[in-house]
Amino acid sequence: MKVILRHPRREVELAGQRRVKDVLRELAIVPETVLVIRGDELLTSDAVVAESETIELRPVMSGGAR
Amino acid sequence: MKCRTCGGAAVLELRRHNAAFCTPDFFAFFRRQVAEAIRKHRMFSRDEEVLVAVSGGKDSLALWDVLIDEGYRTTGLYLDLGIFEYSVESRAKCDAFAASHGVPLLVSRVADEVGAPVPVIQRVTRRPPCSGCGLSKRYLMNRAALEHGFPVVATGHNLDDEAATLFGSVMHWQTESLARQSPALPSTHAKLVRRVKPLYRLSERESAAYAFLRRIDYIVDECPFAKGATSLAHKEILNRMEDAAPGAKHDFVFGFFDRARAAFETSQTAVLNECARCGAVTTGTICAFCKLADQVKRSS
Repeated sequence: MKVILRHPRREVELAGQRRVKDVLRELAIVPETVLVIRGDELLTSDAVVAESETIELRPVMSGGAR
Repeated sequence: MKCRTCGGAAVLELRRHNAAFCTPDFFAFFRRQVAEAIRKHRMFSRDEEVLVAVSGGKDSLALWDVLIDEGYRTTGLYLDLGIFEYSVESRAKCDAFAASHGVPLLVSRVADEVGAPVPVIQRVTRRPPCSGCGLSKRYLMNRAALEHGFPVVATGHNLDDEAATLFGSVMHWQTESLARQSPALPSTHAKLVRRVKPLYRLSERESAAYAFLRRIDYIVDECPFAKGATSLAHKEILNRMEDAAPGAKHDFVFGFFDRARAAFETSQTAVLNECARCGAVTTGTICAFCKLADQVKRSS
């Protein structure tokens, strides 16, 4: 599967299908810090992503002078 | 994963509430939290027109969206910080949102008011960019509200923002900051407009999910000056704590507001004056904003 990451924008390829929680664990990403997006839907941690699919891990943090 | 309310397929898990929601029930949850914040802290009434400070980011546009949907009279205020392409894009998001929702948007340019945009302010003051930026924002929000007759300014600060601010204040025992931190800052002077944070009960992730699911076109890229900001480092620490113990941020912030803040508040008795230069409220003779503008002018 293709995983799109941001800040900076980059792409990672993972072989085989995975549950979302396993993708996050493998990439060492704290679940609280991202939305997991497939197309126009959000995925929960138990959702399974197929090898042929693309997901985006969109950071939710904003900072500085709020 | 199933929605706690209807049993349908969930789109978002909220571990701190030990719950998951489908899209319609998550919207209902989100709006309930905003309504509860407004009610509990008497942020504003339906008779009052609210000035919503918008940056083009997920939080402020989500807030504006909820308030419009709930029938409040609102006007947006965009502060153009002059941060290159980032400001151009974030302004475009706010313009598009206002146009599609048929709501007014005021624009104030920091460069016009201070004499230079944020990147120059940073160079001149040699302070972290967020410092001069935050100072300018608070000043200009208040001034715009006064000039246009709004009784209240609403900002998109969320639970994570409040937790990070609180964490920073506690780490350095900044008791004056602790006394000032609140979901609603009342007007304590005729020239100080009430400031409220209706999203303080909602996490950053919940706010981002709301904006995404509502198809709000917000700026995802980070402010280029926020990289390395202390508030982001604090958020990362707090998110690791949240991962280990869901609800940690909630308990930290709500515990402070409910049980600790009052102790700091009573120890503060600042005397408020009007700035000799611009008339804004200050604890000194010349306000911090005028001092900043002077510093920018001297260096140009």
